[in-house]
This record gives sequence, C-alpha cells and structure tokens, in this order.
Amino acid sequence: MQKRSYFAGRMLPYALLAPQLLVTIVFFYVPAAQAVWQSFLLQDAFGISTEFVWFENYQLLFSDAAYYQAISVTAVFSVLVTVAALSISLLLAVQADKSLRGAGVYKTLLIWPYAVAPVVAGVLWLFMFQPSLGTLARGLRHFGVDWNPYLNSGDALSLVVLAAAWKQISYNFLFFLAGLQSIPKSLIEAAAIDGARPARRFWTIVFPLLSPTAFYLLTVNIVYVFFDTFGIIHAVTHGGPAGATTTLVYKVFNDGRAGGDLGGSAAQSVVLMAIVIALTAVQFRFIERKVNY
Amino acid sequence: MVENRPLANLASHLILIVGVAIVAFPVYLALVASSSDPTTIANGQLGLLPEGHLFENYWKVLFEGTERSTKQPMIVPLFNSLVMALVISIGKISISLISAFAIIYFRFPFRHTAFWVIFLTLMLPVEVRIYPTYKIVADLGLLDTYAGLTIPLIASATATLLFRQFFMTVPDELLEASKIDGAGPWKFFKDTLLPLSMTSVAAMFVIQFIYGWNQYLWPLLITTRDDMQTIVIGIQKMLYVTDALTEWQLAMATTILAMLPPVVVVVAMQKLFVRGLTETEK
Repeated sequence: MQKRSYFAGRMLPYALLAPQLLVTIVFFYVPAAQAVWQSFLLQDAFGISTEFVWFENYQLLFSDAAYYQAISVTAVFSVLVTVAALSISLLLAVQADKSLRGAGVYKTLLIWPYAVAPVVAGVLWLFMFQPSLGTLARGLRHFGVDWNPYLNSGDALSLVVLAAAWKQISYNFLFFLAGLQSIPKSLIEAAAIDGARPARRFWTIVFPLLSPTAFYLLTVNIVYVFFDTFGIIHAVTHGGPAGATTTLVYKVFNDGRAGGDLGGSAAQSVVLMAIVIALTAVQFRFIERKVNY
Repeated sequence: MVENRPLANLASHLILIVGVAIVAFPVYLALVASSSDPTTIANGQLGLLPEGHLFENYWKVLFEGTERSTKQPMIVPLFNSLVMALVISIGKISISLISAFAIIYFRFPFRHTAFWVIFLTLMLPVEVRIYPTYKIVADLGLLDTYAGLTIPLIASATATLLFRQFFMTVPDELLEASKIDGAGPWKFFKDTLLPLSMTSVAAMFVIQFIYGWNQYLWPLLITTRDDMQTIVIGIQKMLYVTDALTEWQLAMATTILAMLPPVVVVVAMQKLFVRGLTETEK
C-alpha cells in the first residue's frame, strides 16, 4: 500500500481516521476485552464481591452437558445446512451456466432471497409447517406423518435447517455461477473434442477448477450457520424443544439474558471468539492461496 | 455451448424451474395468507389461491396494528427500519471512505496499526460480545434511541478494505496533477477521488442497506419500547402472544412488508448488487 506521492499533513489523517477508530474501540475492542476479563472472574450470588478464578469458568463450561449439546446441535446444523445449500445451488448454477434461453431471468429469480432477513425466512417456513394450520404440515399429516416441531426435536431441527438452507442458496448460487463463468471455454471444448461426455467433463475439469470457490463458500456457510441463523432460531423454536435447536450463539444470548452467571456467559463468548478467529484465518489463507493460483 | 443437445437443455430448464418454484413458494404462500381472513387460516383451510382481504389486512397492519400482541401500527417500525438501514449504510460508507483516504494518501506514524485495528473487527461480530456491548450502550444512555441502534454497527472493515483496494488502483498521476493545480486533500477527495469511486460506493450501498435492514440481534437487545422496534422484530413479537392465537394473516402481511424494500433494492440494482457482493467478499 504505497503511493508514489501523497499529501503532507500531520493531524489531518488522524482526524479522518478518528470516527472509525472511535467506534471500533468503544464498541468492538473494549467489550471484547471486557468479555475476556470477565471470563476469569467469579461473582458471588449477590453480586457484591468478585474473585479472580483463572480458568474455573471454562472448566465449569466444559463439564456442562448442556454446553456439549449446544456444540453438537451447532455441528449437525452446520453440516446439514452447508451440504444442502451448497449442493442445491451448485446444481442450479451448472444449469444456469449453460447458454440457455432466459438464463438471465433464472438468475434474477434465484438471487433475491439474499435480501430476505434470516428471521423472515424462519417465519415463512414456520407458517408452512405450523403443525395445526400450515399448508405443508397438513399435507404431511395426510400422508400419516405425525409432524410437530414444537414437541419433536428432529422436526424442529429439520424446520430450521430448511429455512436456513433456503435463504443461503441464492448467495452460493451467485458465487458458483461466477466461478463457472470464469472457467475458460476452450478447456471444455478441448475435452469435448477428445470425446469426454458432459458428466465426465464436469467431474474431471469443471469441478476441480471450481474447488477454490467451493472451499470459500464452505467457510462462509459455516460462519452463516454459526452466527446469522440466530434470528431463525429465536423466532421459530426459541432453542427448543429441550435444547434441540439451541446453537452456541443462541445459548450465549439465552444464558446471558437469564442473568446471574456473568463469568460463565463471558467464557462462552470467548470460546465463540476463538471459533470466529479460526474460521476467518482459514478463509484468508484460502484467499492468499488463490491469489497465487 | 459445446454441443447442442435439446433433451439436456430441456432437463436444465426443468431443474431451474423447480428451483425457482421452491425458492418462491414460501413467499407466494405468505402472500396468499396475507389476503386471507383469520378463521380460514386458523381452521387450516388456507388454499393456494389469493382471497379478497389483501387491502384490508395491509391497511390494518400498517395503520391500526394487531388486536392482540403489540397493537403497534407497523408503519412506525417500517420507518425505524428505514432510518436504521440508511444511517448504517451511509455511515459505514462515509467513515470508511475517509479512513481509506487517510491510509492511502497520507504518511503518518501508526498508519499500519490503524489499518489493522479496523481490519481485525472482522473477527469480532456482535454475537461474540453481546452483553458487554449492550452494557456500554446502556451506560452511554443510548438504549431505545436511533444512535444506539446505528452507531455501534457503523464501523466497517469490509467497506474500508474495498475502498482501500480501489484507491490503490487510482493512477498516481491524478494526484500529482491535482497537486500541480494547487488542490489540497479535501479538494482532491471531493473533485477527483469521490466521482471515480461512485460505482464502488453504490455497490457498497446495496450490500450495507440490506445488512442494516435485516439486523436482528442488535435491535432485539437494545430496544424495549414498541415504537422503537424495527420491522423484523415486529414480526417476532406478533408470533408469540400469550393466551391468544397468532393473527397469521397480519403476521404474514408484516413479513411481506419486511422483505419488500431489500428485495426491491436487490432486484432493481442487480448489477451493482452482484458487483458489491463479489468485490467485498473476495
């Protein structure tokens, strides 16, 4: 980031940076530091005295069965949403990449869900699958399926997975389509002349060249499931039934709101912070690799 | 197209049509529900064709409010969402433009540090610092205010990165020519740099408008008054009513209202949207 010439000015650059730095320090770094500090403290029941307890909050956290449940719910949720959203959008992008008539129209009709808030996606799917009056729930009952996301944990998890994947298809579709369109047509033509059928061309040429995009989308989708699906869960299932849809982020929110255990809540935040840092690092290593491609 | 295979093309069209239908169906059903009356929905008799209560339901939601739950006419949360989305998007763009300008066009101590301080906020989404941030906003007396809804979300590593990237590609000759003409930093920024950045700014605006409009956790935490809520929070409040049935036809009308502005922005500015998305994420 070096320019040949630049402005002389001693105070001006600081003044220009001041608004952004002020907001980042006051609302990002100070609270993050407070969360780390609080995670080492233990407050007594009346909030009168606090004690520095090193890693006791973390020990308590990792001996709590409910925390392991939240970890496994988050993991299962991530895998299901990521697999569903990636495979469906890849299938659609491959079709849209063919120079079909009306390809532009399909693109427009597939990308708008990006603009839909996760909570709105959740409510749309809840309405279709509301056990007593939802149109699709009635259909399921007609076929003898005893469907009730309010009581059955598998049903609740399926419902939030459907809503989360539905919303993410548009984003993945756009990136897959861009990835497909950047593959040189000459490669595909050469393979066709050598007699490779479309399916073989896809798996031996297109798919490997698309893998950087797929890998990038994989990390983005995991981050999405971890953090952005909060709205879906909060509006649709409230983490229930019996914690079956309580993800790590929902648990931080819920435990903190109940109040009391400040240190434990802070420890949960710090664990999440470590997860984001790891995921972002993976994402950036990938971007650097891709630059050298 | 390498070879022409009509049957394969037909299959592609079919797959895409099914995809579009799956993507659109939930919204279509919400639209049908928002034109229905409460008893039809409550009895589980909602069909697949619109009914005649569309205008009545939207009027009620917008200007009269629900009968149970919050009773808040949704025109107010809609306005709040608009304010929030505009302040966040314009705010993010403004402070990121001047930050990137400072980092690229000046030499000063701690230049790299400042860049990294902004950059690393990518790793601190609001979800990992919920309660400490809430406490700071509360201590500043900003609960239930527009300032509290927007200012804490206004820092933007992605926008700063994008504009920094873009300024790097602006030829040095432009700055040299401006300096020869005797232009100072402000004049160069306003008359040369800003006009060149307009496409990036517009692309960023689309992305950040949607981001601001769709915020959920943050307004949920810091607003308590019904008249300070945003529209996406309004939907959630409508779903959970104590000792009463959800007024689904109104909840679905609210849902449609909540998704309409960002969807219109994406569809109307599709080119800018795609550009903004692919430029910021890569």
